[in-house]
Amino acid sequence: MKRIIPFIVLALGLIFVLRSVFPSPTESDFDLEGFSRLPVLANGRIKPFDTVGRTSLLTLQSRQAVYLEDGSKLTPNEWLLDALFRSEKVNTYRTFKVENLEVLDLIGQTDETLKRDYDSTVARFMAVLGFLPSRHSRFSFDQLEAYLAEIDRQAGLAGELEAAQRSPFQRAVLKLRNNLVLYQQVKHSLVLPEDVDFLTLLQELQENYGPGIAAVRARSQGEDHDEELAAQMLEAGQIFLRMDNLANLIPLPPLGEDTSDHLWQKTGRGLLESFQTGMVNPYAMAYAGLGQAWKNQSPEQFNTIVELYTAQLDKKFTAQMNKSEAERKFNAAAPFYTSLLIYVFAFLIAFASWLIWPAPLQKSAYWLLILAWVATTTGIATRMWLEGRPPVTNLYSSALFVGWGCVGLCIILEKLFPNGIGSTAGGLTGFATMVIAHQLSLTGDTLEMMRAVLDSNFWLATHVIIITIGYSATFLSGFLAVIYFFRGIFTKSLDKATAKSLERMVYGIVCFATLFSLVGTILGGIWADQSWGRFWGWDPKENGALLIVIWNAIILHARWGGLARTRGIMALAIFGNIVTSWSWFGTNMLGVGLHSYGFMDEAFTALVAFVAANLLIIALAYVPANKWRSAEQLKTA
Amino acid sequence: MNDLTKDFVDFFSSLRLTVVLLALSMVLVFVATLAQVELGIYGVQEKFFRSFFVLTNFPGSQVPIPVFPGGYLVGGFLMINLLAAHFARFKFTWKKAGIHFTHIGLIVLLVGELAIGILQEDFSLRLGEGESRGYSESFRRNEIVVIDKSQPDFDEVVSIPESMIANLEPVQNGKLPFRVVPRGYYPNANIGMLNSLPEGVDASTLAPNPSSQGIGPRLGISPLPISYHDEERNLPTALVDLVGAEGSIGTWLVSPMLVAPQSFTYEGKEWQIAFRFEREYKPFTVELKELKHDIYPGSNIPKNFSSLVQVRANDGSEDRESLIYMNHPLRYQGYTFYQYQMDSANGFSVLQVVRNPGRALPYIACVLMTIGLLWQFIAHLGKFANRRSSKA
Repeated sequence: MKRIIPFIVLALGLIFVLRSVFPSPTESDFDLEGFSRLPVLANGRIKPFDTVGRTSLLTLQSRQAVYLEDGSKLTPNEWLLDALFRSEKVNTYRTFKVENLEVLDLIGQTDETLKRDYDSTVARFMAVLGFLPSRHSRFSFDQLEAYLAEIDRQAGLAGELEAAQRSPFQRAVLKLRNNLVLYQQVKHSLVLPEDVDFLTLLQELQENYGPGIAAVRARSQGEDHDEELAAQMLEAGQIFLRMDNLANLIPLPPLGEDTSDHLWQKTGRGLLESFQTGMVNPYAMAYAGLGQAWKNQSPEQFNTIVELYTAQLDKKFTAQMNKSEAERKFNAAAPFYTSLLIYVFAFLIAFASWLIWPAPLQKSAYWLLILAWVATTTGIATRMWLEGRPPVTNLYSSALFVGWGCVGLCIILEKLFPNGIGSTAGGLTGFATMVIAHQLSLTGDTLEMMRAVLDSNFWLATHVIIITIGYSATFLSGFLAVIYFFRGIFTKSLDKATAKSLERMVYGIVCFATLFSLVGTILGGIWADQSWGRFWGWDPKENGALLIVIWNAIILHARWGGLARTRGIMALAIFGNIVTSWSWFGTNMLGVGLHSYGFMDEAFTALVAFVAANLLIIALAYVPANKWRSAEQLKTA
Repeated sequence: MNDLTKDFVDFFSSLRLTVVLLALSMVLVFVATLAQVELGIYGVQEKFFRSFFVLTNFPGSQVPIPVFPGGYLVGGFLMINLLAAHFARFKFTWKKAGIHFTHIGLIVLLVGELAIGILQEDFSLRLGEGESRGYSESFRRNEIVVIDKSQPDFDEVVSIPESMIANLEPVQNGKLPFRVVPRGYYPNANIGMLNSLPEGVDASTLAPNPSSQGIGPRLGISPLPISYHDEERNLPTALVDLVGAEGSIGTWLVSPMLVAPQSFTYEGKEWQIAFRFEREYKPFTVELKELKHDIYPGSNIPKNFSSLVQVRANDGSEDRESLIYMNHPLRYQGYTFYQYQMDSANGFSVLQVVRNPGRALPYIACVLMTIGLLWQFIAHLGKFANRRSSKA
């Protein structure tokens, strides 16, 4: 009976993965999927509307789903359609996250207004316990509207300071202002959000182009003209100019033969050009039609336009459409979220294996770990294909890759030492890095374009990958050491053989970490010499990498010189976690140097907590050996 | 070997010393990283790494006291430790060859870093579109130049380094019919026309200005604190007397903020005086033909900066075009030209020009260390695999 447990676990895991790859579509009369795969140019690359909706919401409110007052829930695509076409509705959705108390004050919120009421007693009880939020932290545009001027003024003041000098209030108010700007940009991207019948406007324009332009021309030359027509034309021009200035999405594909990315146009720009061509941009017209269909909630019209527009683009923009569709599927499958959940299970099962049913549970955990790792690998590979880049291009992808590296090493360890330790460490580090990646994804689109200074696929593929694997290995040795202490001090499961194998694992991984971090650091120096003219510039990120190398060298030399034995080496390995976290995130928080591409200040608390936790564990290591719960087991073989 | 020598050798070749020195270097690097927020990268290098001791002023005074070993000291001891260990303890075996290679690589790296610190020179070359230059300018150093303009085909230039001006040392030179006597020096200062001082600047806050010649008398000097910011350059101001045989000719106010040199006539010859960024003349000229600054569509993210330059050797041996862009420098006559800054709106590009005779050393070190570590790692792995298979 016990023998089939691993197969059942694996089958369940596989079903879970497959369900994520083929999700059931949202129930709707509208062809939301068709709309969400339409390509649009934003922030330097062509992506599906699906990505625009998701990343905008992550930036605005730190989550993808929008919850309405009546308890119903909108998908990112439904929200995006409302943002693009139904201004009056989207303004009532609570999608602006504000947590800073002073900013809450600024936008007129008091304890009274912030309080959340739950109808059911159970929900109220959960809120008291902290399982449900007891206060509102998200606000609608309508709620903020009265305070826009003040928000803008405060943000302007904060903007004059350098990022590192801003107070939490200043950072929060700047973020709110930027979010409001983003919101307006999205709203002005396809139609004018104000109460104008945009489709009718474009249709009238299409009919009256010839005489309209003639009237404007005559008026400017002081000749006889149709005043009403000229005024109508000029007003349309004003509207388009405003849209061109305010929008950020670039949705109109080029009309000519050349389909290069830089020829895509904003709606406003494309419509302004209509005055020269004498013809309303057909793509803008299509989106205006789509807008009317959504506004009137007429699925038939909506679906027809999506279908026709898709057919039109499929012919001329085949490559872009295919990529766009692939990205949409990738978003829907959320491979990193899937693997995060499987990592948790792998960890729990592997941990349980030390208490009951060792053999079947260890195998189950091992298989689950491999399954999750394959999911992560597929996700990373898809990102690489979408981006046309090596795997690590920004802080977000470095988190994914550190996780990938750690779990990969753990799979090898578990294969070499089949005792559940590799799976436990793999599940834990896989889960932790996916959570970090999720936190980092809240800043927006994670498939960013590479800044010119970093734009070198060769060095990204060598230096960055090797150094990131060095991070992975250093973290892994630290986590293995944590497992050593936890099992030794708190359980009776650490026998001599396990302790021995843990020690060998840590030593092996430290050697591996030394190799990769040293080679990676030196390669970084060579890149710097090639592109900045110096091999070593004592830049914070460079120093961080150097610290990891030195720390690993210290561990090795301490071992070779007999200065530290098992316990000492383990404690040193845990300190490696602190050194690595400093190099990975701490250096970016200084806000100086050429590498500060991932400036982030909110993670500071998390970093401090992580460092404190590790110091605590190191202190724990010095609980006298005879007080350990595994003291007996460690004495005898 | 007597006991004392033995103790001595044991101490310097011990692994304990290695670990202590590595730990010290970690603390040094970490503190230096934090200090960059205040001091900037250049200041940190001088204070922490290119020094024997990290000095801090004794609280409440200007007396510097050493508080921590500096980069030279820690690096030097590491070097002694390594060499001592190799001579005293290590015997060469193929099994340990990896360790040897790694350590030799490390020695090369340390020596290389020292050599680079001493020998590397870097300059900036700022060019407008269509402009051509035969010299580059120092990023930090300035010089006062006195130029004899009397020759029709060339200028005779006497250059005085800023350090001499800062010490207010009088300068006498065979090529000058007068002495140059510094009267005042501000390492960083703003100068502005007295008749249009910016709002909030009161004439009473200005530094004394005894200048009597050139544009000086019409200017006000507001001294500024020295900036350690990596992006900001300190712009000094100096007041110099030119003293001829019959006494003072006058006092000039000079500063790199004054773009054009100030001219005067003395004993029938025309002269110029200027305080400018220190120049290094090259045996070739560089002309900026075209600059490009591309961004990704629909974003502010820079996609590429590039400068198309024409390099012409003065002796006519070379005349070629080269495109310099990110991660793609131009190497010519021992100099490397990197794309450094760009202002496409105003049509100029700044190239960083580096001459570094020691730049091959890190590469050699890298190869040695990689070979060494791979050797060691593979040897371990082999041993591990053997043990496993013999167990099985």
